[in-house]
Amino acid sequence: MNYETVIGLEIHAQLLTESKMFCSCSTKFGAKPNTNICPICTGQPGVLPVTNKKAIELTIKTALALNCRIENKCVFARKNYFYPDLPKNYQISQYELPLATKGHIDITIEGQKKRIGITRVHLEEDAGKLVHKGAARIMGAGESLVDFNRTGVPLMEIVTEPDIRSPLEAKAFMETIQHLLQFIGVCDAKMEEGSIRCDANLSIRPEGELKFGVKTEVKNMNSFRAVLKALEAEEKRHKEVLSGGGKIIQETRFFDDVAETTIGMRSKEYAHDYRYFPEPDLVPVEPDIRWIEEIKKNIGELPEKKQERFEEELELSSSDAKFLISYPSLADYFENCIKLYPNPKIVANWLMGDFAAYLNANNITIDKIELAPAQFIEMLEAIDKGTISGKTAKTVLVEMLKTGKTVHDIIKEQGLTQISDENELRKIIEEVISINPKQTAEFKAGKDSVIMFFVGQVMKASKGRAKPDAVQKLIREALT
Amino acid sequence: MNSYTAHELHARLKNKEISSVEITEAVFRQIETVEDKIKSYVTLNKELAILAAREADKKINSGENIGPLTGIPIAIKDNMCTKSILTTCSSKILANYLPPYNATAVEKLKEAGAVAVGKTNLDEFAMGSSTENSGFHTTRNPWNTENVPGGSSGGSAAAVSADECILALGSDTGGSIRQPASFCGVVGLKPTYGRVSRYGLVAFASSLDQIGPITKDVTDAAILMNVIAGHDPLDSTSANLPVPDYRKALIDDVKRFRVGLISELMGNGIDEDIKKAVKEAARLFEKLGAIVEEVSLPTFEYAVSTYYIIAPAEASSNLARYDGVKYGHRSKEAPDLLSMYYNTRREGFGPEVKRRIMLGTYALSAGYYDAYYLKALKVRTLIKQDFEKAFKRFDVLISPTAPSAAFKIGEKMSDPLSMYISDIATIPINLAGLPAISIPCGFTNGLPIGLQIIGEAFAEERLLQVAYTYEQNTDWRKRKPSFAKASEGKPKL
Amino acid sequence: MKIDVDHVARLARLGLSDEEKKLYGEQLSRILEYAETLNKLPTEGIEPTTHSLPMKNIFREDKAIPCKDIESITINSPQEESGMFVVPRIME
Repeated sequence: MNYETVIGLEIHAQLLTESKMFCSCSTKFGAKPNTNICPICTGQPGVLPVTNKKAIELTIKTALALNCRIENKCVFARKNYFYPDLPKNYQISQYELPLATKGHIDITIEGQKKRIGITRVHLEEDAGKLVHKGAARIMGAGESLVDFNRTGVPLMEIVTEPDIRSPLEAKAFMETIQHLLQFIGVCDAKMEEGSIRCDANLSIRPEGELKFGVKTEVKNMNSFRAVLKALEAEEKRHKEVLSGGGKIIQETRFFDDVAETTIGMRSKEYAHDYRYFPEPDLVPVEPDIRWIEEIKKNIGELPEKKQERFEEELELSSSDAKFLISYPSLADYFENCIKLYPNPKIVANWLMGDFAAYLNANNITIDKIELAPAQFIEMLEAIDKGTISGKTAKTVLVEMLKTGKTVHDIIKEQGLTQISDENELRKIIEEVISINPKQTAEFKAGKDSVIMFFVGQVMKASKGRAKPDAVQKLIREALT
Repeated sequence: MNSYTAHELHARLKNKEISSVEITEAVFRQIETVEDKIKSYVTLNKELAILAAREADKKINSGENIGPLTGIPIAIKDNMCTKSILTTCSSKILANYLPPYNATAVEKLKEAGAVAVGKTNLDEFAMGSSTENSGFHTTRNPWNTENVPGGSSGGSAAAVSADECILALGSDTGGSIRQPASFCGVVGLKPTYGRVSRYGLVAFASSLDQIGPITKDVTDAAILMNVIAGHDPLDSTSANLPVPDYRKALIDDVKRFRVGLISELMGNGIDEDIKKAVKEAARLFEKLGAIVEEVSLPTFEYAVSTYYIIAPAEASSNLARYDGVKYGHRSKEAPDLLSMYYNTRREGFGPEVKRRIMLGTYALSAGYYDAYYLKALKVRTLIKQDFEKAFKRFDVLISPTAPSAAFKIGEKMSDPLSMYISDIATIPINLAGLPAISIPCGFTNGLPIGLQIIGEAFAEERLLQVAYTYEQNTDWRKRKPSFAKASEGKPKL
Repeated sequence: MKIDVDHVARLARLGLSDEEKKLYGEQLSRILEYAETLNKLPTEGIEPTTHSLPMKNIFREDKAIPCKDIESITINSPQEESGMFVVPRIME
């Protein structure tokens, strides 16, 4: 029996705002426990929420980038349940009237484009963090400790239609959405840091069957790889159960990333009844056309479009273009460079080669370096002029990246100017020839390949500064 | 001295005839004398009050301009957050709670130089109509200590009536300012929803709660409104409208005012003496040149049911935060989280609060939301529309504040439903978000009767004018409960 | 009408004794029966009123302002450790 897998994803993305969703506490990551808190986000008696305007804007921006319909009237609602990381024991979220609905995003899977529907985009507040004592996870923990720093951070929820048909597609979707959110400046979308999280709903059905099978919810996927592995494991489990004549129980399953399997949560005696009702402490959000247009103008170029443009207008290869848009600051850097320099391919090569090597070795992204595009271009121009050789430039670049000094400063300091003056070169060549009588004799005897030895020695003697094409010619002259 | 009004004391403070410290000390002497019998307070703030009084006196003596509340002792209902001062909502679950901030209304009182006497008793979490639901003790009505002072702001109303403070803040969700004001023979004003910030008012029913003045006369109510009203960026539901000078509305004139007497509140179920008093008030208005007619608001029949779905529903969610995790009581029987929740809330909440949480949870739960909560919200719209229709014909509406005078302690405790039904006159006003004031208009068996005057949204000025006119043409405010006279009387100044 | 008092008490995390459950069950039934009168009123086409005032779009600028007195929040903690609030074993 052939089965078709049906997957829907629920993504939670922490928005890049300065302050929390309903109070003015900082959203900065990594602060000491319970230092980014105030009466409002700790649910003190008598406090009231006030909506962060930027959070609304970023959500509308995302919804527009996902081709959604921005609703006329959006109402916050209380989602009521008890948990220690939820100070009010309700979460302010959106239920019947979310900010946006009915969108889509295209993903590329095995070279083919596929459209995934977006059911809704809405806003809510994040909960706090629990640290469990005496055990790695909640099962078996003694006490737990609550840190409210994260409570109230704006969280955007994106729900997809069940249009995803394989774990690989799910991974591709996550990568695409991460990329998009980074590019429009809405979320830094790092799964490992938790700024983007995803839960999945998975079911399978016999091929051709229209009715959906029983679905299970999969949680605790903390990386793209985990998404793939978890869904593969769950898909396999569904197939095994159904093929064996069993029934799938609707439940939540936790991904165990060590065993690479999913574990069923003991089904609760009672299901959650969230008792949603409109939040009486907040008034509706009704975005007008002008505001939406303003936000639309500021979305900027989406990564898909950028890649197309790099390929078509700049005539870069698909893989080059893909590399250059891997993250927003890299694409920005590249575009700033080519504003000052006519050859995109050369810039691309440097970024993909020497830059990438340096950034990877130091585990940083390009926005962390001191070297401005203008100064990098200065270096390229120095190569073009012949001031330094291409080989020298590689070491100069590393120095520039480390210290932020200009190419001319470094050349001066280290005396790296390319030697192109023939008289100077002849001096070095004569020196080299004189201390290598054996090879001189060999060349004179007819072994032409020995000339490369001399070229190497001259380059060594000149600390790489000798102009390569001139060197060979002059050596030949000197030896004959 | 403690039996005077704020505006009378202000004049003498300005002239340096008396000092704030003297007034404050007089208030505390009165408290020492009568508090045993009345029990208006949960927490007394004597040391800090004297300090604040000294500050006020310093200002006055240095010739600085002072506001009408500078140096005036005020009592604050114990469901409003006062920073680092015990705020209990008269509940065991918050018996040890020290708020980390001041409610906006409290902050405004501070800026105005008022002297906080202490926190007054209430029905637990403002749920009740008699203050018998307090988790600590029952406040007594100064007119007859076997009777309730009304609720939920019973402590504030009793304190004002017994001269244990000069004026007070109360809160009103279904009548909790107006009904106790009526039972205790004082003035109580519930502003339009959104007129006064709710930030720092411990939420009961968020779409209905408002803070308002409880005072000895209408002038003091206007003075207090001037201080506490206004937009607050910390409260998304507070109206962004300028605050007029409410004292300018204190004009003795109701000529050609169209006054509507609500017929549904003058029928069976309202005591004869109450109806008589209200009819006399109507006649007085006519004598003074107003046009009084009967008006029917038929949806009033559904108001109590509507309220007792909506208010508990919101309350069940607002009170979920009391769980022993972050503040307040935590049960010692807490081997695991679930037990901690169950036992903390079992130990900390009183029966009325539990009842309303259950009711509200039920009304919001799966399968019942549409039939109860959503339905009630729609009926609320109809009630609002009834009022809108009435205000096309009338400038203000009048009615009794309550169906009876203060009942005996314990009389209604066995039947919660009968307690709820007694709120029939005040509840519709909260559902519509309108302003209303209760002023003394008579007595029955020695117990005060209250007249309720209702206005359109943000028409507090008209309300105050009508109330002031009635007050200036009657003498009810000059009567005081007997033992209050026993202590200081009204000495010559 | 029969109300599942156990279920409601569980949703509300209220520990009730058997006596209380019986009492509240009865009282709630009475109150809800009284509330049934609402069904007499036709409300088709009527919009629910969730807010008294017709306000919309009330926002706050996105600026981080630190709380000046965090200690006054944590001072109320029933049990704390390393600056965090302690809760007993969460069984799942």
